[in-house]
Formats: sequence, structure tokens, C-alpha cells
Amino acid sequence: MGICLPNPGEAHINGVIVPEEKAYEEAAKQFLMAKVPTIFPGPLVLWAWNEKAAKKATAVRHLYNTLKECVQPGQTPMLIPMPDYRPKYPKINPEVEINPNHPNLTIWHNKIDCCMFIGVHCHQANLALKIIRGGTSCYTIAMCAQAGHEDAMLSFRDASVEKIMKLAEWVKKLKGTVKPRLTSAKSGASN
Amino acid sequence: MSKERIKISEDLYDIMPSDYQDLVKSATYGKEDRGWKDIGNSKELIEQHSLCAGCPESMAFRYILASLPNPEDTVMVGSTGCTSLVFPMVAVHNIHSLFGNQNAIASGLKRALSVRFPGRTKDVVVLAGDGATVDIGLDMTLQAWFRQEKFTTICFDNELYANTGGQESGLMQKGFVAKMAPVGKLFDKVRLPEIARESGCHYVVQCTVSKPSLIEKVIKNAVMIAREIGPTYLQLYTPCILEIGKNSMEGLQEMRDSEKPTERFAYKEYISEPAKQLLAEMAAKDKEKKAAAKQLAAQGA
Repeated sequence: MGICLPNPGEAHINGVIVPEEKAYEEAAKQFLMAKVPTIFPGPLVLWAWNEKAAKKATAVRHLYNTLKECVQPGQTPMLIPMPDYRPKYPKINPEVEINPNHPNLTIWHNKIDCCMFIGVHCHQANLALKIIRGGTSCYTIAMCAQAGHEDAMLSFRDASVEKIMKLAEWVKKLKGTVKPRLTSAKSGASN
Repeated sequence: MSKERIKISEDLYDIMPSDYQDLVKSATYGKEDRGWKDIGNSKELIEQHSLCAGCPESMAFRYILASLPNPEDTVMVGSTGCTSLVFPMVAVHNIHSLFGNQNAIASGLKRALSVRFPGRTKDVVVLAGDGATVDIGLDMTLQAWFRQEKFTTICFDNELYANTGGQESGLMQKGFVAKMAPVGKLFDKVRLPEIARESGCHYVVQCTVSKPSLIEKVIKNAVMIAREIGPTYLQLYTPCILEIGKNSMEGLQEMRDSEKPTERFAYKEYISEPAKQLLAEMAAKDKEKKAAAKQLAAQGA
């Protein structure tokens, strides 16, 4: 069992390989449907360790701003960093950060029902995505710079500034056409 | 890592937790004369930790991290024990090794770093408890010294296995009765500083962590000698106040009592001839620099 990862130019949605264009549309829909759509930027974009990383950070901020502009009243887009992979003692503050060792705490606390990982090293993203998938009902999107993530419900591959900007364009394009799930009181929390 | 890279992406700066912002703004990476006096004036390289209140190990950690001469280009290797609870909160690259394996890991790491970064100084510092250094990992500890591996080994000596409830360790003092060693230790504390000297360490110090200035001095000496000459070893008494029946505020006094000239943690130091020469050269350069700075200040006035 298991799923195949997409080839360049493709993505996967729930394990089914699709053309990338379809994944942009679906990801934008999921963001616009969610009560708390959230972007989780990881160290690879939080730190300006090269020029490309800084540009990706700008694109991430643009995507977040676009989301804020395009959602309806009652929806609360969030941008929560994953600055560190090591467990935090004595505990993390789920309002200001997410940690891959217990990402469910942040999901539950903020009632996040759709999230996107970007700039998180693959092995840590896999761990976090598995925990989220197993312990919450949050829809997970991976904007992966490598080959994609089988544990995300929707995964892009070869993430670039252009791809992040394109997703933002799709969010703008679908503005007002998607009905948000405002009635789902439980949202991301599964228990 | 280079300190030039320690920069948060401008567009995401506002969402970074404050501890990371503070590290970038006011930590002492790259400061040449960094030392324990920076504690309180700058962001420390240790965040909250989960050690017990008043634990001398936490003091030791703070002094060591404040004294490393080159933290942005240092990798620390830890092992199982109380120290492993602290490393997640340390803003210096670090690796957790298998219990006792720390000096083997550090050997490979140091060699790999010198191949990968031939033109750059990379320091490796092992920091482990007495169980990892003297009991479980003694083979790896000694072999690294025999091979003259160029890194510093620091042993936090609390004279027992504190993390697991107080079992007897090789560095426990003779006759000591611990919670999980009710008969009392039957043989003497292993004399690792002497063994280190005979095994080829160029700088060996045994002391407590009651004096931050002393810790700064020995850490700097140990790292610089390891960088240039060969292995160095520091054995620091960091008593486990819980396991010896003391209160939180009594750790410092316990160390002061144990470092008296007749006690088992009286200051002990061994410096090899090449290391002595290096320290003398360093002192001379330092003197020159200070004199030049003084002259410059006088000219300015």
C-alpha cells in the first residue's frame, strides 16, 4: 500500500496524482473553505540563509496577506512559525509557534482546520504531518521544495517563489466563489 | 554555521517568537571577548531548561555557554543524562549521541568538519555526565584521547546516576550511600584526571563550578588547546542536590565545601609543555592587544 509521489509538474490530492494546476485550485478552495486557514513556515524560509529563502518568505507573507483579503467575516487566517524542531521545555506556546513533536497542540488550541507547511525540512514535515493526520481532522497541504509528502492530503513538489505566488493568485481568483465552513464549531479539533 | 547567516527573513520577522529575535539582536555570537560577564547584559545561549531548581548543572551550562570562544562554529556532543534535557534549549549546534558513545561521535565529527571546512575553525566540545564519561563510555573516552583527537571533553561529575534515581557510578566517592546503592561504594572514586593526563590529554582540570571566572578561564584554555594541540579534559563537580539530600539553595555551598584544599574537588590542573607554550603565546598576544587598545584610548583622549 502507500501512494506514489508526483512527478515534476504534478501534485497529489489524497494520494491521487493530478496536474499541478488542479492542486492549486483545490488548495485555494480548501483555504477559502476553512474557518482557520493557517500557514506554517519552517526554518528554511524563516531564516534568510540565502537570497532565495528571503524571497520565499516574502512570497509566504504575500500569500497570507492575500488570504486575509479574500476570506469572509468569521474566517481567521493565521501565520504561525515552526522555528525549531527540538522539543520545547517546559512547554510550547501554541499561540505563537508550532513544534513538530506535538503539532496537534497548536492545531487544537487554535482550532485550525486547514494548514499548509512550507520551508520545513522533509523529515520533520513527515513527522508533523503524520501526527496531525492521526490526531486531528485538519486538512494538510505541503508546499514541498523536494519530491512532495505522502502524509499531506495535498502536496506540491519543487516549491518555488513562483508556485507560492501562483497559489496566491488562485486564492484571489476563487474569492467569493467558495462557501466557508463557518458552522463547523469543532474545526481542526478532533477531540 | 556562520554568524552572517543568523538573520531572520524580514517579511516573517514579526511572527518569530521573541527568544529567536533576542538571539539575533543581542546574543554574543562573534564577540571576541565574550565571557561570563555577558550574563545578564546579553541574550544567553540557553533558554528555559528543565533541570531542578538550584541545580549546579544549570549554572555550569550557563558559564560554559557564555565562555565558548567560538559558539557559532562550535558543535557540542551530549549524551544521556540530565544534560540531555538541557540541549534542546541551547542555541549552539549539538548532537545527542548514544549513551557513552559521545567521544566516538565527536572524533568522527571533528575529522569530518576539518575536511568539509578546511579553511575555517570548527570546535567540538563533548559534554556528558560521569556515567557516560567514566562508566559506560570509558572505552570511547580513552580511545579518543589515545588517538589525540582534537576536541574538549567536559564531564559533569555529580558522583552518581542522578537522572535514574541515584545508582552508584565510578566517580562516586568511597563509602557513599545512595538511594539505589544502599550498601555504600566499596572502592575509591576513579581518578580520571590522572588517567586523562597519562592518556595524552594536554590540559586537564578538576574543579567545581562555584566560580564563574574560573570556569571561563578553563573553558577557553581547554577549547583553544584542543583546537591547536590535542585532547583536553575538564571534570567539573556539579552536585545533584536531590540525591545528596540538599535543598535548592545549598548547591553553591556544597561546591565551596568540596573545593577546599583537603577535599576531593580541590583545584587540580595539568598542562603539557606544548600547551604551556601555547597559553604563554596567547597571553602575550592578549597583553599586546590590551596595550595597543590602551595606547589608542590615550591618543583619543
